[in-house]
Amino acid sequence: MSDRISAADVAKVARLSRLDVTSEEIDRMTVQLDGMLEHFADIDALDLAAVEPMTQPYPLVNVFRADVPQPCLDREEVLAAAPAAEDGRFRVPPTVGYEP
Amino acid sequence: MSAYDGLPGEWELVVGLEVHVELATATKLFSASPNRFGDEPNTNIDPVTLGLPGALPVLNEQAVELAMRVGLALNCTVQPCTFHRKNYFYPDMPKAYQISQYDQPLNVDGFLELPGGKRIGIERAHMEEDAGKSTHAGATGRVHGATASLIDLNRAGVPLVEIVSRPDIRSADEARQYVNELRAILVAVEASDAKMEEGSMRVDANVSVRLPGQPLGTRCEIKNVNSVRSVGRAIEYEARRQIDLIESGQSVRQETRHWDENDGRTHTLRAKEDADDYRYFLEPDLVPLAPSHEWIQRVHHALPPLPAARRAHLATCTGFAPDSEAVVSVVERGQDHYVLAVGHVGGDPGRALVYVKEAFADQGIEPAVPALDIAALTNLEVEGTITATQAKAILADLLANGGGDPAAIAAAKGFEALDTSALESVVDQAIVEQADAWAKFCAGDGKAMGAIVGAVMKATQGKADGKLVTALLNQKRA
Amino acid sequence: MSAPGTSAITAAEVAQSVRNGATTAAAVLEAHLATIAAREPDIHAFNLVTADRARERAAHIDDQVAKGIDPGPLAGVTVALKDNMCTHGVPTTCSSKILEGWVPPYDATVVSVLQAAGAVVVGKTNLDEFAMGSSTENSAFGPTRNPHDTSRVPGGSSGGSAAAVAAGFSQFSLGSDTGGSIRQPAALCGVVGVKPTYGYVSRYGLVAFASSLDQIGPFTNTVADSALVLDVIGGHDPLDSTSIPKAHPSLVSVLDQGVEGLRVGRITDLPAGADPDVQERLEAAFDALQSAGATIVDVQVPAFTFGLTAYYLIAPAEASSNLARYDGVRYGLRVDAPDTNAMYGATRAAGFGDEVKRRIMLGTYALSAGYYDAYYGKALKVRRLIHDDFQRAYQHADVLLTPTSPSVAFPFGSKGDNPFAMYLCDTYTIPTNLAGHPGMSVPYGTGADGLPVGVQVLAGTLQEPTMFRVAAALERSLGDSK
Repeated sequence: MSDRISAADVAKVARLSRLDVTSEEIDRMTVQLDGMLEHFADIDALDLAAVEPMTQPYPLVNVFRADVPQPCLDREEVLAAAPAAEDGRFRVPPTVGYEP
Repeated sequence: MSAYDGLPGEWELVVGLEVHVELATATKLFSASPNRFGDEPNTNIDPVTLGLPGALPVLNEQAVELAMRVGLALNCTVQPCTFHRKNYFYPDMPKAYQISQYDQPLNVDGFLELPGGKRIGIERAHMEEDAGKSTHAGATGRVHGATASLIDLNRAGVPLVEIVSRPDIRSADEARQYVNELRAILVAVEASDAKMEEGSMRVDANVSVRLPGQPLGTRCEIKNVNSVRSVGRAIEYEARRQIDLIESGQSVRQETRHWDENDGRTHTLRAKEDADDYRYFLEPDLVPLAPSHEWIQRVHHALPPLPAARRAHLATCTGFAPDSEAVVSVVERGQDHYVLAVGHVGGDPGRALVYVKEAFADQGIEPAVPALDIAALTNLEVEGTITATQAKAILADLLANGGGDPAAIAAAKGFEALDTSALESVVDQAIVEQADAWAKFCAGDGKAMGAIVGAVMKATQGKADGKLVTALLNQKRA
Repeated sequence: MSAPGTSAITAAEVAQSVRNGATTAAAVLEAHLATIAAREPDIHAFNLVTADRARERAAHIDDQVAKGIDPGPLAGVTVALKDNMCTHGVPTTCSSKILEGWVPPYDATVVSVLQAAGAVVVGKTNLDEFAMGSSTENSAFGPTRNPHDTSRVPGGSSGGSAAAVAAGFSQFSLGSDTGGSIRQPAALCGVVGVKPTYGYVSRYGLVAFASSLDQIGPFTNTVADSALVLDVIGGHDPLDSTSIPKAHPSLVSVLDQGVEGLRVGRITDLPAGADPDVQERLEAAFDALQSAGATIVDVQVPAFTFGLTAYYLIAPAEASSNLARYDGVRYGLRVDAPDTNAMYGATRAAGFGDEVKRRIMLGTYALSAGYYDAYYGKALKVRRLIHDDFQRAYQHADVLLTPTSPSVAFPFGSKGDNPFAMYLCDTYTIPTNLAGHPGMSVPYGTGADGLPVGVQVLAGTLQEPTMFRVAAALERSLGDSK
């Protein structure tokens, strides 16, 4: 097994993605992801120094919307689909330990 | 003692400010829900605002127009630009990413000129969307001890411009001036109402300290600074906190801190090992923004005269310094036009400036007196027909009645400046009556003059010209 | 293969019959609902059959016809929608537990457009969870079975939509294609499947997997039906910033133009791996086109072989960001916890299946600090190479012909535990998405065990008319005039 991604990397990435994982899952994913990255090493052989990244499949520029209000969604319909709501707001457990 | 603002020793303060400004558009940045403050929670919502599956952003053209105004008013270069996703999880972030600008922002490399003439560099002023609002249910209303958070997404998606200054600010005072000046510019170009108390302008301060000649120190970001006054207080506190740390042999940890207005301190906001990796990448749901040369020129030409230019003009017309309190406060209130108008109808701009500052700008009210009347008043004073004190009294009258004829009011009040010889005899009388004070004054006690001047004023019922009285007294002592 | 119980009729013919009163939308619908009732328990093409709504809709259309109002070019034509397209008031689950029971408060643009054209939605079809997969085995609600052989997969991720058309459950269906998720199941189910040029059809309301790769397209039994559907659903949408701001020429009108003088490219450096039976059908397709007057030319697309790698770095990266919104705050599944971070972690762990989690992790890694340049950044450059190589090939050829899938439909579970084995299913379809070009799969006979084989027609940006001309010619060459 090559060393492209470690279990520590996987655990860190799981945290970044907010995915709880068991240690068994970490081990399994490490093997799978490492195997994939091994396959993906085929592009390492390419000389990409002079190549521009391609980010848009169809080249468009300056797409705008007029600053005119449109009807909004019905709050009751939206909150009815929410896991928890209170006083017209979405209710979630407290956010502790950090603020962006 | 340091030259800087009361910091101990030779310590130098280095501050950069990041200001987020809500743009005054009718709708949000990427969707057509209304951009309004104070509505019932979660009523200005649509699939894009809510981050619903399948929703897609479309850029508000007016937001771009206003963002360009801000950039051009700050002397920036407007350039072709792109949008990026800044990925992080927080309950008021409906998509768990914010659409912002990263390495290719709309406005770059500008400056803001403080009233005294110093230029603070502007690194960039880019566009991004606002997040929703969390309120914390529970005993304290603060996040600690809360039982739940309640999320309102009305504000989510509101267009913001983030203005990042270079770390050119060297004192709390400069920081306050920067914020005030920025606010004045934003209001003048009608890009935002920039009200800190409503959250349409938010200031974060990056603060570090160093000794002269040293490289930049470790900086801390201070958040939750909700007024101009807090900007100054927070910076001063943080600077001293850092100096204390360093002088006691510790080092400053790079972190984000939260300003608490109540206890007057900054507190650690988050543990740095949990630092978010934002994984910026180009927003695939949007296309690049490249404002045409014509559009940029049009916005530039349509900019109104900015506060710095208005102060310079008012200074020239009135003879006051551009960074004098009178000029600064009158321009801040947008009342310079009025002062100039008084000049145009034949009044004295210098006197007009003083009246307008004291009667209108400082009182927070708009001039509701015809400029002609003020002009007449200034001329009475300049001619010497009335004293400054008398002018004030007439002004009060004009205010109360929405105008009037200053000469007539002066006559009605029995105001006329006493001629010099009549005044001199009153002064001589006062000297006799206030013999003790006169003795002290002659012995060198300048303050003793006050009693004599007071007596003169009493005898003349305030009609005496204070300056003239003082001159006479000094003359007689000599 | 014609659907049992329905005649081999085109969508245009159905619409014409409904509009002129020869039949009713209600009758058309009931025939399909009967087919569904008979075979759906074996196939499981649907997450939800919306029979009541469909009946209301059909009644409304018949009512319009009675009043002399034209319901539109798809009047009474039945359609099944992949369950990753938002339907107002109807659950949209993406075959995931995290969206189980979620009811959107809005319609995707394509849904509104179809309804304005008079189409009747019969239900939401099964898919690999969040469109990630090539077999529909990744659905959280059980797999869909291939109507040609129910021990085999229908392909994926739009397996339900492909099977629905193959089994006659609806006249046509819509799927989404990010790396082949329309074309590959079309090949495995023996139907026509089209991925148009990126930006041809609005993505507003399509639950995003990979934003720069996703496109909506039709599954149909005939090339003509696909042309008609695309003529209806294609076009600019002001709600989608990436949608092409041009009107598209009619595809229906070019179908009979033939291939005389067209250059059909054979990619000589195509990655190996196609089974012999698939290769044989591809050769037969080349021969048929040559007989019909086309010239076969050899071209190279050297970067084609790097498509899989570029795709499996770009798509998961975009997906990791697109799927971050499933956090239990505003909709969908929530697993309660003492604080929001814990809630996110528990909710997403419970709500997402293994393949989705794997791709989120891979994508997050590819974007993360220190790794962006090595993975995502590099993949974007490889994308450019692939696009440019295709552009050069299109200087010498009007269309390219390749296998769609390396094999016919495979048995359930046969790709084992190795995700990469499954990824290879999309070897021939992925590069098209990276380039932003259109591609379609046309059924072209059978292979091993009598299972359908599809041939893929590729063309350059907005060259759908040429692509459809070739597809129509291939279809004609099978002698199956519909």
